[in-house]
Amino acid sequence: MGGVSDTLGANFVTTKLDRLVNWSRRSSLWPMTFGLACCAIEMIGTTMPRHDLARFGMEAFRSSPRQADLMIVSGRVSQKMAPVLRQIYDQMTEPKWVISMGACASSGGVFNNYALVQGVDQIVPVDIYVPGCPPRPEMLIDGIMLLHERILSGDYTAKRVADEPLDAVSAGV
Amino acid sequence: MALPEILTGMRTVFKNVYKKKETTAYPEVRRQPFPRFKGRHILDRHPDGLEKCIGCELCAGACPADAILVVGADNEPGPRFSPGERYAQVYQINYLRCIFCGLCVEACPTEALLMTTEYEISGPSREGLVFTKDQLIVDEPIVRHWPTEKEYPPEHNLLKELEASRSETDAVGGARNAGDQRLKSTAASGRGGAQS
Repeated sequence: MGGVSDTLGANFVTTKLDRLVNWSRRSSLWPMTFGLACCAIEMIGTTMPRHDLARFGMEAFRSSPRQADLMIVSGRVSQKMAPVLRQIYDQMTEPKWVISMGACASSGGVFNNYALVQGVDQIVPVDIYVPGCPPRPEMLIDGIMLLHERILSGDYTAKRVADEPLDAVSAGV
Repeated sequence: MALPEILTGMRTVFKNVYKKKETTAYPEVRRQPFPRFKGRHILDRHPDGLEKCIGCELCAGACPADAILVVGADNEPGPRFSPGERYAQVYQINYLRCIFCGLCVEACPTEALLMTTEYEISGPSREGLVFTKDQLIVDEPIVRHWPTEKEYPPEHNLLKELEASRSETDAVGGARNAGDQRLKSTAASGRGGAQS
């Protein structure tokens, strides 16, 4: 379920403590400022007063990956951007989560060509996929709610090792 | 000395403190999208229960993102699926590719494929977001652009009024409700299936 019960064995205290840790992580996600295309405009709109991500404790978008634990990949990822994205992901602090926002980030969308990565999950492990082109802010918040549930349950996508070579990425599809 | 400046500043504060808040409490209160908002699709039926889709693959051809997969098959003698010669044996929409442009709906010659205003379709896996035919098709024929229960705030009395007027007026209203229920259950099962 989580870090404490894995090391100290699962009993009442450790599992409750895990739940507390997960609750804290859920309640204060620090998203990474990572706008790539038009989806970024909707991501920015989500933080604006109408939808107000501050209600979920994640209004502070960090410009440094060292201070962030949620990457919202908002937009199409070009082959040149792919190593950069992976490096930024590697620099983020554990535990970290990735939301693939929009059709382009999730699967390439309409851009089925050589220039774009066909799905950001070829580079980083994605926790939540948000469809849409671009998703309206409610769709993104819906994805964030799903992510909250997953964080609270301690059910994380299996993380890849940080030093996995980037050759697989630069080799493309 | 600094009093006028403080008063000027506080005037702005008090002007805004008592304004109506702009924020919508989204997961609890859902704003109704516009009636022609393009959300997830449904496959409609004829009033006699046959599928409207005839498996012509025009939607798949019109799709700019290659999100739709249709595999047609001939209607066998005996119980039919659709009134036409053919029906859609496999019908899948990949919502990770779909850009909700509505070209498929425009291309559909039998108005089988419609778009709802349902937009909460995020999921944790790629596979779970490929909607199959049984997730898309509705049990009862429905009327285009109906408001679903989900889009109203929980305590919204408009919903109750709507239900009351439906149950009073006609049998089509009942069919609409059934369609809504079906849509909700498929949406829930889709998400649940994706998580497992």
